[in-house]
Amino acid sequence: MEEDPNGKHPMSATTHIHQTHTLSHEGNGRKISVKVLRQSDPRGGSHWETFEVPYEPGMNVTTVLQRIAANPTNAEHEHSTPVAYDSCCLEEVCGACTMVINGRVRQACSALVDSLLADSPEGIELRPMTKFKVVRDLFVDRSPMFAALKRIKAWVAVDGYHDIGPGPRISPREQDEAYPLSRCMTCGCCVEACPQFNDHSTFIGPAAISQAILFNAHPTARVERDDRLAVLTGVGGIVDCGNSQNCVKVCPKDIPLTTSIAKAGRDTTLYKIRQWFGR
Amino acid sequence: MAKKQHVIVVGGGLAGLSATMKLAEAGVHVYLISMVPVKRSHSVCAQGGINSVNDLTRQEGDSEWLHLDDSVYGGDFLQHQPLVKEMCDWGPRIVNLLDRLGVPFNRTPEGLLDQRRFGGTLFKRTAFAGATTGQQLIYALDEQVRRWEADGLVEKFEYWEFLGPILDGNGHCRGAVVQDMFAMTIRSLAADAVVLATGGCGLIYGRSTMSMICTGGAAGRAFKAGVNYANGEFIQVHPTAIPGTDKLRLMSESARGEGGRVWVPRKPQDPRDPLSIPAAERYYFLEERYPKYGNLVPRDIATREIFDVCVTQGLSVEAGQMCVYLDVTELPPTVQKKLDGILEIYEKFRGVNPREVPMKIFPAVHYSMGGLWVDYERDDNTGGLVLGSPRNQQSNVPGIFVIGEADYQYHGANRLGANSLLSCIFAGLIVAPSIENWLKSQAKGSAADQPASLFDDAVMLHQQRMEQLIHNQGEENPYKLHQELGDWMTRCVTVVRNNKDLQACLDKIDEFADRYQNVSLSDKSHWTNQNLSFTRALEDMILLARVITKGALLRDECRGAHYKPAFEIPPTSADDPVKLREQAEKWCRAFKEQSDRWLKTTIAKHTPDVPEITYEDVDTSLIPPRPRTYGLKGAEIIEKTWKEMTKATPVRKPQAAAVSG
Repeated sequence: MEEDPNGKHPMSATTHIHQTHTLSHEGNGRKISVKVLRQSDPRGGSHWETFEVPYEPGMNVTTVLQRIAANPTNAEHEHSTPVAYDSCCLEEVCGACTMVINGRVRQACSALVDSLLADSPEGIELRPMTKFKVVRDLFVDRSPMFAALKRIKAWVAVDGYHDIGPGPRISPREQDEAYPLSRCMTCGCCVEACPQFNDHSTFIGPAAISQAILFNAHPTARVERDDRLAVLTGVGGIVDCGNSQNCVKVCPKDIPLTTSIAKAGRDTTLYKIRQWFGR
Repeated sequence: MAKKQHVIVVGGGLAGLSATMKLAEAGVHVYLISMVPVKRSHSVCAQGGINSVNDLTRQEGDSEWLHLDDSVYGGDFLQHQPLVKEMCDWGPRIVNLLDRLGVPFNRTPEGLLDQRRFGGTLFKRTAFAGATTGQQLIYALDEQVRRWEADGLVEKFEYWEFLGPILDGNGHCRGAVVQDMFAMTIRSLAADAVVLATGGCGLIYGRSTMSMICTGGAAGRAFKAGVNYANGEFIQVHPTAIPGTDKLRLMSESARGEGGRVWVPRKPQDPRDPLSIPAAERYYFLEERYPKYGNLVPRDIATREIFDVCVTQGLSVEAGQMCVYLDVTELPPTVQKKLDGILEIYEKFRGVNPREVPMKIFPAVHYSMGGLWVDYERDDNTGGLVLGSPRNQQSNVPGIFVIGEADYQYHGANRLGANSLLSCIFAGLIVAPSIENWLKSQAKGSAADQPASLFDDAVMLHQQRMEQLIHNQGEENPYKLHQELGDWMTRCVTVVRNNKDLQACLDKIDEFADRYQNVSLSDKSHWTNQNLSFTRALEDMILLARVITKGALLRDECRGAHYKPAFEIPPTSADDPVKLREQAEKWCRAFKEQSDRWLKTTIAKHTPDVPEITYEDVDTSLIPPRPRTYGLKGAEIIEKTWKEMTKATPVRKPQAAAVSG
C-alpha cells in the first residue's frame, strides 16, 4: 500500500495556525472613518459618533466593531464605550448582526469593508434598524418578529416525540420549494425595508407570511392551515401588504417573499370563500 | 400536594432545545435561558448533516454496530462505549423524528431522504438539508419549543446569561443565578435540575469556527462550582476553514463528501491560474496518501496533512498566507447546488465564486470533544444505557446535568463529522426521562423548600462581583488580554504539541490570570453592558485554558486530536519480512503499553490554585481498542500482529437494545 509514512510531521509548535490566519494588521497605516448612530438606552436620544479604525485587508463590519470595542477612542480622541450590537455566528446564518449599513439593511458580518468603501469612499455609516425599539446603540429588540411566529403557528404539530417511523414522503420538488423558505433567519431585513411595517400599523410582515406559507405546504402542518389563514385574513394580515416588493430585494437569503405573499393572497381569498359557505 | 418542580435549561442549541421539548412533553415546566434568541444559537453553523444508519447503507452491510465501530475507532477509543452504542442505535429514530418535525431534508426522486458520505466512514450515512443542516434542525426544534411556550410549559429567558448554579448545604443544585443582559438585573431561579447545554469553548483560542457566544463561560462557572471537567485537551481542529479577521468560517466536510478535492500545485506557490494547472502537476495529497478514505479521512488526520503539506513541504498555495485548494469546480451543477449554502458563504466572505475558482482553505479550531464530566448507567444486557436512569448525563454535582458539546461524552479523542448533531439531539432526548426520575427523588427538600436566604445570598454575591468588575481599576484591556490568550493557545495547544511549549503556555496562563485582576472596563454602565459580560467570560476562558493546557501537558502520547510527535510510536520501516514482523510486534507492544497508561479519561477538578488532574478508566466493553492505522506505514502487518496478540480476548456483541421511548 502506497500510503504516507506516518510520523512525518516534524513541524514544531512554533508554526502556528494563527500566523497564517492573522491577516496583516498593517494596511499601510490607512484608517477608515466609521460613523455610528449611538443611543445609550431605549429612552435616550441618539447622537452620531465617529471612530477612526485602522484598515485591515479582508475586514468586515463586525471586525470594525470588534476593533472599536478593543480601543473605544473616538475620532476626537475622547474616551468612549464599545458600541453595543447583537452578534453571534458571524457567518450570516443566525441573523443576529442585522443593522443599517450605509443606508442598506444587512448583516454586519457579511458587509465587507472593501466593497463598502468602493461604493462610498468617505467611510462607513452604521445605524440601528428603524422598525424596532433600540435597546442600545445598534442593538434592537426584534421580539415582535418571534411573537409573530407564535401567532401564525409556525410549527408542525406532531403527536409526540416517540419513535413512530419516518415522516411523510416529500418529493424533491416540494423540498426544493420548502427549503428556501425554511432558511429565513428572522433577521428583520424584510420588515425594515417594508413601508407598511411601522409604528402606525399592525402588519405582521413578510417573514411571518412566508413562514405561514411554508407550514401550510407541509403535509402534517397543514392541519393548522386555517388557523394560519385566519391570522393572515385578520387585522395586520395580508391586506396590509402594499406590494412595494422591497422585502424580496433586501432578503439576504434570497427568499421568494413576494411569491409567498402572492400565495398567501390567493389562499386567504379561498379561505374567505370557504368561510362564507361554512366550509 | 407536592410543590411544582421546575427545570432550568441553559442554552438553546440542538441539545438544549431537544431536552426542553421532551421535558415539556412530559409536563415538566422549563425555564429556558439563553444569551441569544434560541433560534440564533451556534448550532445554526453546523452545515453538513446528521449521521445514522439507513435502509440504503444497511443493504450495503451497514449496521448500528458499524456506526459504533466507526465512531469509537475515529475517536481513538477514548469514549465510553455504552453511550456511543445507544446513540448509534437511536440514530435512525432521531432522523425519523426530525423528518416528522418538518426538517426539509434533501430527497431522492422517490421522496425518501437523500444521504451523503462524511469523513471516517465508508458508508453514506449522512442525511442533510442543503448545506445548512444545523440551521434547519435547530429551526425545527425551535418551532416545537415555541409551541410549548405558547402552551405555557416553557418560559423563555432570551438575552439572559447564566452566572452560576445555586447549591444547597448538601451540595445539591437548587437553581441558578441569571442576569438580564439588557437591564443587567440579576435574579435567581429555583429549580431541582439545571441542564447545561451551553456548547463549546472555542473563543479560548481567539478566532475559531465558533460563534461569539462560545466562550465556555457557563462551563467555567459550573467548573468553579465543583463540576469536574473531562478530556479538556481534546480540541478538534477542522481541516477546512476560510481565514477571516473576526472569525474563521467553516467550510463543511460535505464539500468533500460531495466530491470536492483537496490539492496543492506540485510546484511551490505556482503562480498560474489554478484551473490551468494540468492534473499531473497537482498534488492531491489526501487521495495519494490515503487511497481508502481519500479526501474523507478523519478530521484530525486531514488537518495534520494540510499542516504538513504547507509547513514541512512548503507547498502552501500562497507564500504569505498558508492555505491549500479545496476544489469543487469540477462537480456538476446539480451537485454544486446541494452545497449552495456553504458556497455562498465563501463567495460572500471572500468575494470569489468557488464554483469557478478553487477555494483557499486552512485548518481552524472547531469543536471541544472534552467538556463537563457527566455520568451514565450501563445496561449490562444490551451494552447500551439504562434509559431513564438519573445518572445519565448527570454531573458529579447532584442536580446539574450537562448535554451537547458542553459535555465530554460521545466523541472521544476525535469527533467524526455529522456525529455532533446526533449526539446533541440524542443527549437532549435521553436526559429528559432521567430528569423526570431525578425530580421524583427530589420531592422532599426540593428547591421550593429551600430558605429564601439561599437564593438571596447567591444573587448578592453575583451583584457584588459585577460591581467589583465594573469599578475595577487597572491597566489591562480585556479584549487585548483575550487576543493574547487566543494567540498563545492557538500556537501551543492545537495541531502539533510539545511539552516545552505547553509548559510555557501554562506559565503564560498564570500570568494572564494575574493580569486579569487588573482588568478595567471601558463601559461602566448598568444597561446592556456587553463589555462586562465579555470580561466576566474572559475569567472563565482563562480558567478552562489552564485545564486544557495542563491536560495536554500531562498526556504523553498521541491520540486523536492530541498529537505530540515526541511520543509517537515509530512506524515500521523494514522490507525484510522477518524484521518487519519484529518491528510490528515491537510496535504493538509499545501500543499496548501506551493504551494501558493513557487510555483514560482526564478529569480536572477545580481547586483555588491549579486544577487537580486525575484519570478514570474508559468503558471499552463492546469493542476492544485497536491501533488506529489510517495511512500508517505497515498498517496491514501491524493490524495482523495486533489481532494475533489479542486473540485471547473475545468480542462480546450484545443484542440490540429494545426500542423504547
